[in-house]
Amino acid sequence: MKRLDPARFVEMRAEGAHRFLSAPPVREMNSLIFPRGFTSGYLRRALPTRIRTVYSMPPIAISPRRRVWLSPRLIVILTTAAVLVYGVIYPNFHVIVASLQQDGRWSLQNYAQALSQSIVLESIIASVGVSVLTVLFCAAVGIPLAFLFERYTFPARKVFATFAALPLVLPPLVGTVAFIFLCGESGILARLVQSALRLDHSPWSLRGWPALLLFHTYTMYPFFYMLTGAGLTRIDAALAEAGRSLGASRTRVLMRILLPQLTPSLIAAALLTFMTSMASFSAPLLFGGGVRVLTLEIYTARQRGDASLALTETVILAVISLSALFFFQRYEGTRKFASAALKGATKTRRAIATGRARLIAIACGVLFSLLLVLPVATLVLVSFAREGNWTTQTVPTAYTVANYVRIFSDPRASEVFLNSLSMSAIAAGAALVWSLSVATLLARKGGRRWKRLLSWLILVPWALPGTVVAVSLAEAYGQPSALLGSFILVGTFWILPVVYFLRFMPLVVRAVQASLEQIDAALEEAAASLGARWWQRFSRVTLPLVWPGALAGTLLAFVIALGEYVASVIVFVPTNRPVSIAIASELRDFNLGTAAAYGVVLMAMIGIIMTVATRLERRRG
Amino acid sequence: MPLLSLKKLSKSFDKTTAVADVSLDVERGEFFGLLGPSGCGKTTTLRMIAGLEHPDSGSIEFEGREITNLPAERRGFGMVFQNYALFPHLNVFENVAFGLRARHKPNPEIAERVKGALELVQLPGYEKRRVDELSGGQQQRVAIARAIAIEPALLLFDEPLSNLDVALREETRGELRELVTRLGLTAVYVTHDQEEAFALCDRISVMVGGRLLQTGRPRDLYEHPAQLSVGKFLGRNNLIRAMRLSSSKSALGEFKTLDGGHVLRAPVDEKNPLPLNQPCILAIRPEHVVVTKSKDEPENALPATVREINFSGATSSVKLDANGLLIEALALDANELKVGDNRTVVLPPERIALLKDE
Repeated sequence: MKRLDPARFVEMRAEGAHRFLSAPPVREMNSLIFPRGFTSGYLRRALPTRIRTVYSMPPIAISPRRRVWLSPRLIVILTTAAVLVYGVIYPNFHVIVASLQQDGRWSLQNYAQALSQSIVLESIIASVGVSVLTVLFCAAVGIPLAFLFERYTFPARKVFATFAALPLVLPPLVGTVAFIFLCGESGILARLVQSALRLDHSPWSLRGWPALLLFHTYTMYPFFYMLTGAGLTRIDAALAEAGRSLGASRTRVLMRILLPQLTPSLIAAALLTFMTSMASFSAPLLFGGGVRVLTLEIYTARQRGDASLALTETVILAVISLSALFFFQRYEGTRKFASAALKGATKTRRAIATGRARLIAIACGVLFSLLLVLPVATLVLVSFAREGNWTTQTVPTAYTVANYVRIFSDPRASEVFLNSLSMSAIAAGAALVWSLSVATLLARKGGRRWKRLLSWLILVPWALPGTVVAVSLAEAYGQPSALLGSFILVGTFWILPVVYFLRFMPLVVRAVQASLEQIDAALEEAAASLGARWWQRFSRVTLPLVWPGALAGTLLAFVIALGEYVASVIVFVPTNRPVSIAIASELRDFNLGTAAAYGVVLMAMIGIIMTVATRLERRRG
Repeated sequence: MPLLSLKKLSKSFDKTTAVADVSLDVERGEFFGLLGPSGCGKTTTLRMIAGLEHPDSGSIEFEGREITNLPAERRGFGMVFQNYALFPHLNVFENVAFGLRARHKPNPEIAERVKGALELVQLPGYEKRRVDELSGGQQQRVAIARAIAIEPALLLFDEPLSNLDVALREETRGELRELVTRLGLTAVYVTHDQEEAFALCDRISVMVGGRLLQTGRPRDLYEHPAQLSVGKFLGRNNLIRAMRLSSSKSALGEFKTLDGGHVLRAPVDEKNPLPLNQPCILAIRPEHVVVTKSKDEPENALPATVREINFSGATSSVKLDANGLLIEALALDANELKVGDNRTVVLPPERIALLKDE
């Protein structure tokens, strides 16, 4: 390529100009502007005196804004509105209306009947009670662990940190199954204790409140652990030091400085835990015993064919969940601190050096790592057990790969993986595209009221338990409806992808929004000032920057959809069973090994995808 | 016809008024400065010129055409942002080429122009570098190259030097001015740094609280501030509260200072005389105050005592007390002075500016 003389650069500007004014020759201008022979500056060297003329401004193309009837923005707004109307507003509205009608007449009969049954009242109390206790237990476990593992450093720390989030990606059904194998009344731990103490029956049964709370604490403590940890790293280390320098004791610093600043994180963790616990279904189903929570009641009422009771209970559950969300968000808003805006010294972890404290810390690290990994290890162990061979022994006696051979060779068994993969991929892909357009709508200036309404509507399917989403869709689109005409969604392939999409798209929207917020607004402005149109700005600046975060969020949604059980069990089609349904049916037939093998393969897929997602996340930072 | 003219621009955010009734003209080939303290609305004004904010009222004209409603991407103005706003996912070449790609230029032309632009900012051979590998000064140059590569009809600068350290800032300042002049560009430059504005700009508008107070050449603004707040904002100033004594028709009026009760003579505008016996302000720069030993100075000579001497390198600032009237003077050599010395302070009438008390 021809080497360009900088002087040419200036001339090139003029070549394209349609109109120009001549200006005094440069040498003359120089003498005007730089009277005493300027010496410094790269221009002196870069631009020799060869330039003859400096032309005036090149013309700018001022063309009127194109008036397109169906602008991209309008399309985005219309699709957003359509998804929200069809997916969120109409189904929920339909359920509320149906619950308020009896024999075609408006009445509160359904509620009167439901609330007069002691079982419904009991299940409301049980749901709320379990959730509140779960929050307390998880806080009691998660917060101290976060303080120990995020503020100090010692040999076993990394091991624990690697496994800490494991329960979060474990599908609830798989986790429940693993728990039964590990500490059920005929599980490995129970048998160990039984043989050690030479008891003639199992030392405990994994039933009722203790079992539920144990399992919930195991699966949901990471909310507290991770959010507290993140909150701790955000707190300016100098604040604690300032407190100490003013004469406050360690406990005083903790109570008066650290904990108050952690409140936003703790509230967020409590919210997540409460909502997840309200929606919990697999654990109450498999070892809830006498604890009848609402999700389970809705499911059994539907199984019995008592549609109006199921609907009424669905509305009750939805109302409880949404009011919890509202309450927590209200409270969170009052506890925001501006200190995040200050640049603080980065918090470094302190090493525990002294003998006894170090030993205790290491012991904690090892113990908790073991506790985290044990259920998963049990599942892997059982997946290799020969079917029907594990009855009264502590661990299975004979091992085989037959379970894996079976699920991969039998087309009816292996197809469930393809079903789950394709349905989750459709849902996650749609969620990604939709989230990108919604997030750009939300990032625009102005229209604050509309944006608030939009954010709330997007949040609704996330805040509603999976049971509620599935029931409302099943009811709204189970017969010819005003919105779909003669098309009936229930019973088709599309019902599950739609349910997955609705349930997990809020996650993707959140991920995309978080990435968008990190982009400097000046970047898009710079692109605009350089002449990039709407589409060019999006595809060349915004999208490349948002992409890693958006993809990580999408993969997370995909992974959760892969193991989804709660909603699937309500609306799945027998010809199109997802993995979770297959696991549950194997379990019902006491094919423990096969159920475990399904679980292990599912976990392996999730593990691989999560690794990819983490890589992406890291590349972004 | 001015190249760019703003007509009665106003903009408020929620309830705070950012820009109020700003009108100004920028001539072709001019390096125009918007100077003001932070939060005075100068950046908002620049962003309205760029098309990044829409004014609540008023209009913007460019080459006589109304562009108020033209979106930023159709204005063809290059903008250099305070934090440079370089695209982190693109290398130096792609950053500079961005605007050219948006205009669908053929590849060979893009390559040529990017190369030329990078040579102009003295970064030849940096094409393949990632922008986060560059130093602050180099990033700054890439930002400038990116803005000039599109052959901007107008170049906008939003405090582009504020993130550089002092030495680099002064060097880049000189280079920037040369570059803009050489390419025959018109520039609007926003800054809160008075020295920077004085060094760079042909004309400056001083903005305070969303309003334009005064527009003019740097020297005029410095020596003849039209308002008290301009005088206060631009450099150090002795502001002497006084009352006009006589209504003599001569070019010099007589004033009595409220502190010290001295009688000072200062030039008055005959066409626009201040009302008698109204408080006003006499402003004189410390460097124009003369401190001498001799006692027979003709006009505005006041006996004073040295109260304070602050050494600051090339000059020293001397504070004197003339019977209760505190005067600051700038001395190149304060070796002979001691605190407590008696001296004569001379305030040359032609150096005194008369301001309205606000």
